Amino acid sequence: MTNALLSQRQTALAGATDRVAAKRHPWRIVFGLLAAAVVVWGALNLWLNPALDHGTILKYLTAESILTGVKNTIVLAVIAMVIGTVGGYLVAVMRLSHNPVLRAIGFGYVALIRSIPLLVLILFMGNLALFWSRVDIVNPFNHAEVWAGWDMNDLVTPFIASILALAINEAAYMGEVIRSGLRSVDQGQREAATALGLGSRHTMSKVILPQAMRVILPPAGSQFVTMIKMTSLVSVIAGGDLLTEAQNIAATNLRTLELLVIASAWYLLVTGIATIGQSILEHRLERGQRRVSI
Amino acid sequence: MAPTTLLDISEVHKFYASHHVLKGVSLQVPEGTVACLLGPSGSGKSTLLRCINHLESIDAGRITMDGTTLAYEERNGQMHQRPRTTVDRQRQDIGMVFQHFNLFPHYTVLQNITLAPSLLKKTSKAKATVRALELLEKVGLADKRNAYPSSLSGGQQQRVAIARALAMEPKVMLFDEPTSALDPELVGEVLKVMKDLAAGGMTMIVVTHEMSFAREVADSVVVMDAGIIIESGTPAEIFDNPQQERTRDFLRHVR
Repeated sequence: MTNALLSQRQTALAGATDRVAAKRHPWRIVFGLLAAAVVVWGALNLWLNPALDHGTILKYLTAESILTGVKNTIVLAVIAMVIGTVGGYLVAVMRLSHNPVLRAIGFGYVALIRSIPLLVLILFMGNLALFWSRVDIVNPFNHAEVWAGWDMNDLVTPFIASILALAINEAAYMGEVIRSGLRSVDQGQREAATALGLGSRHTMSKVILPQAMRVILPPAGSQFVTMIKMTSLVSVIAGGDLLTEAQNIAATNLRTLELLVIASAWYLLVTGIATIGQSILEHRLERGQRRVSI
Repeated sequence: MAPTTLLDISEVHKFYASHHVLKGVSLQVPEGTVACLLGPSGSGKSTLLRCINHLESIDAGRITMDGTTLAYEERNGQMHQRPRTTVDRQRQDIGMVFQHFNLFPHYTVLQNITLAPSLLKKTSKAKATVRALELLEKVGLADKRNAYPSSLSGGQQQRVAIARALAMEPKVMLFDEPTSALDPELVGEVLKVMKDLAAGGMTMIVVTHEMSFAREVADSVVVMDAGIIIESGTPAEIFDNPQQERTRDFLRHVR
């Protein structure tokens, strides 16, 4: 309580009888100090652990390959998020469609992808060449003349495979986020737009989607923060991300612990920035809801 | 010369699953007149209104405006739904005002009114804005043009909704219980705008429970019950000398 508020109270209650004393919380101090001590002790123990070589951490923290890994992780997360969002929109529209076949496909996609662990999906994509060793565009009339062809391993590099796996996974989750956003818009909005003669395209783009955004953006933001961390899984197929690069260095100098600390520090920074961005976005949206007349 | 029929509803049937909500409803609305639809809730009056601009499909019958069949066309002796784009174009000539206003909360009052004209009628944004300001003047809300709907009272929102519908220059205005969601002290300002509109020669179909409005403004009063029109006539005929027992019963309950 501020001093001003306190003195205002004192003045107002000057003549009152049976004043109630402030409640005291002696145990709060005891437990607070105890908990803080445990945390400080734990942190010091980790940081001052003799197994940890601080010189190595400082040496590799901004190494060129680590920075490339950070860049790749960000690029991976952004591209997979964009493709995943577009895919998620399609999934959401399918799930809300009047066409029972499209609805079933949308439902099946979400159910299937959400039950396959992302790590398994990444391994599948990394091994696409086992399904199809080549991609050839063949003359459809004689099936002999090959117009163009690629070796699958050249076409789907580990980096491309990583994007595919993350995007396919993201589309299922974003599909649910977007679907609930679209459903949150009052049915009367669609009716009013329809009655004005706005076609289905304008009704969606000018009336439904802008309102659905308020519901979609906050969970989409946290999906993106999660995505940044999930990119680390692509290190199993050497996707070129931050963790891949850190492990490459660790494989040569055997400083596993130090490089994990370096990777964690960068993840902390990148997700921290994304989280700040997300909360700014949410504040903006809240402010939009409290707009008053000018 | 008698005014020509603008809207001709002929033998319209409508089912919700097994529930027969409209059982062969016919109604003519001459140009420049006001028809008020009365009746107990569930009698089908709102459904009939929503069938006119095809917010609801129909199962038999036809609705024509200016001689053109709305939403359906006849082929090989059967009625077939027109393409969505055609239906949307026909809807542009039919204004609708809803019980719960349904203004677009993410747009300002002005944007609510200019959205459809600037998207659909291909008029310039400037022209649409000039027209919108005229309409806001007409409904008495020119000073609220930059406000968002959430900052307006129910009565103000409904007046904006009327201006929004008028901005498309419709041939007919449909009102679906426009004052039912309003606090009693706000009903008057909305009814006044509607009276002005009627006096200006707008063709209107109004589903309402405001008996005094129906008596004062309507050219014809139509009483529905259980999916059929049980009685229609001038306000004097219906209110002062109802022929049907069910009409008398209904009027006794609303008074």
